[in-house]
Amino acid sequence: MLTMKSESKGLIANGVSLCSGCGLELAARIILDVLGTNTVIVIPPGCAALFSGYGSETVTKLAGFQGNLENTAAYASGIKAGFEMQGRGDIQVLGLAGDGATVDIGLQSLSGALERGDKILYICYDNEAYMNTGIQSSGSTPLSAWTTTTPGGKPVYRKDMLGIVAAHKIPYAASASVGYVDDLRRKVEKARTATATGPAYLHVHVPCPTGWGIKPAQAIEVAKLAVQSRYWPLYEVVDGEEYKLTVPVSKPKPVAEYLRLQKRFAGVNAQQLDVLQSAVDHEYASLMKKML
Amino acid sequence: MSSRILTDGNGAASLGLKLARIRVVSAYPITPQSPISEKLADYVVDGTLDAKYIRVESEHSAMSCAIGAQLTGVRAGTATSSVGLALMHEVLGVAAGCRIPIVMPVVNRSLVSPWSLWCDHQDSMAERDGGWMQLYAESAQEVLDLILIAYRTSEDARIQLPTMVCLDGFFLSHMSDAIFLPDQDTVDSFLPPYVSHNFHLDPDDPMFINDLTPTSEFTEMRYQQAVAFDKAPEVLAEVMADFQKTFGREYSLTEAYRCDDAEAVIVTLGSMSGTGKYTVDLLREQGKRVGILKITSFRPFPAEQIKSALANVGTVGVIDRSAGFGAQVGPVATEVRATLRGKPVQGFIAGLAGRDISPAVFKKAFTRLLDNETTEHVEWLDLKEDALTLREVRS
Repeated sequence: MLTMKSESKGLIANGVSLCSGCGLELAARIILDVLGTNTVIVIPPGCAALFSGYGSETVTKLAGFQGNLENTAAYASGIKAGFEMQGRGDIQVLGLAGDGATVDIGLQSLSGALERGDKILYICYDNEAYMNTGIQSSGSTPLSAWTTTTPGGKPVYRKDMLGIVAAHKIPYAASASVGYVDDLRRKVEKARTATATGPAYLHVHVPCPTGWGIKPAQAIEVAKLAVQSRYWPLYEVVDGEEYKLTVPVSKPKPVAEYLRLQKRFAGVNAQQLDVLQSAVDHEYASLMKKML
Repeated sequence: MSSRILTDGNGAASLGLKLARIRVVSAYPITPQSPISEKLADYVVDGTLDAKYIRVESEHSAMSCAIGAQLTGVRAGTATSSVGLALMHEVLGVAAGCRIPIVMPVVNRSLVSPWSLWCDHQDSMAERDGGWMQLYAESAQEVLDLILIAYRTSEDARIQLPTMVCLDGFFLSHMSDAIFLPDQDTVDSFLPPYVSHNFHLDPDDPMFINDLTPTSEFTEMRYQQAVAFDKAPEVLAEVMADFQKTFGREYSLTEAYRCDDAEAVIVTLGSMSGTGKYTVDLLREQGKRVGILKITSFRPFPAEQIKSALANVGTVGVIDRSAGFGAQVGPVATEVRATLRGKPVQGFIAGLAGRDISPAVFKKAFTRLLDNETTEHVEWLDLKEDALTLREVRS
């Protein structure tokens, strides 16, 4: 039973204990605002667990469960099945997990749920490292980025998670960014609708001032630059086949502009910058070939 | 009313879950549990079980799905074995700590390494302190009956603990056996529809479950689990008595076989108990006063029952079907010894990886007890002579 101590506008309390300028916080408020109260949320340990609460207090008005790091999708599948068997399949079951809990340790259970077609909504908030444990590199950390476990810069590319998800041919998958709030809202709405027939997946780019070495006030600017430099293209994939760019970027800014604001890329030299720019160009070109 | 059918331990386990009307199945195959996963799939497809079947990609997800489903207010079923149980380890603690009364058949099989497909108890013994009750079956009938008893006990508002119903791999899981199959109506009267007495997920009554808990509360929440275990022997006995009234078959936390005037008694778990009783009969014919004490409920540990059953017995032995490395004796012997403070208790190990615990093995153990040759240290009863040179690699 939930006893309200202080009312908030949305489904998340005011004054939660995330870092200043946290991209996840804004993303989560928007996501829950779109989904509404007929939702059950599953959150693994990680930054989003700050929404779970502490002891007998919580900061969300939703029914929720804090799972383990690697099984968000499995918990969500079980919860959905339980509701379906009681004629309550209309309840939206949302998994909200970070990049480590999704692209690394949670990849197996997520893949299982996607393959089975379980009608869950899975949203990965990607701050590109294990931020809650202290900025350790994940499979989603970009090439050359500093983290505490890649002190010389990450030597390899990140995983193409949306590509992995799309390969499961689920009804709806999309990238999104906290820098493009209207696009994010539309995609949450579309994803919610898609769960009537199967799984939906969103991969949301959320700058982390603490881990990326940016000022809290720059989080949205950095998120926008990621999109405008084509580093983080905003697109959606329907049924694993129909690709659509939702925010076209006709005149991309140099990737250097995006990197320049972030201390985690301070060690990137001219040659590495060229590699990063070429990689972004190459991936964007590959993506364009898949567009309708 | 009940019917008499021919099945095996896995069949009895599947029927037990079906009679308990589980609504969600999350299953993953592993030898020798796989027939349970298959049978439950059959029941869902042929419509005799009204459940959603989730083909999970691992045992870790099997238990996670079951936890999620049961939190919405339905019984959720899964089963596993060996390394599958070990993979579940992390989430077994979630079910226990969130007080979700899941009942799960565990088909006992060795853990790696070396690889083995066959029966011993190391898999479930490795989970003995994790907050699950553990019942061990001697026969296919006991598998079915203990599952029903487990549901009633687990779901009792005083208990709220999950239960593993352990059945020996192959010896029980695959051995054909005639059982009495109770009819659904009688089971329904014994086991009413599931009602959650604790945490639940429901948008109409939102609560956030399993968040970070401060040091100032953690000890108390653990203590609540301990108190439930303290109450469990009494509740189990109560449920077993009601089971006997309903179905006519008698159960207790321990079963003493010819222990009353015994000079030597061997404590057993699971399918070896039958061979033990048979050997007792043979030795009794030769005038030897021996008996068997079978432990049905290992968790909660039936200390009072063991004390009273063995009060007048001279020498006690315990056959552990798992090694218990680093301890003087195996896990069951360790606890029996602690219970019977001062009385000599000889620890034995036998029957690993499906090695048969034959009457000869029991006779060897009884002879040692009757000769009063007990020591502090464990005796490996069925060890071969080449133990220290087998597969020896010299550099």
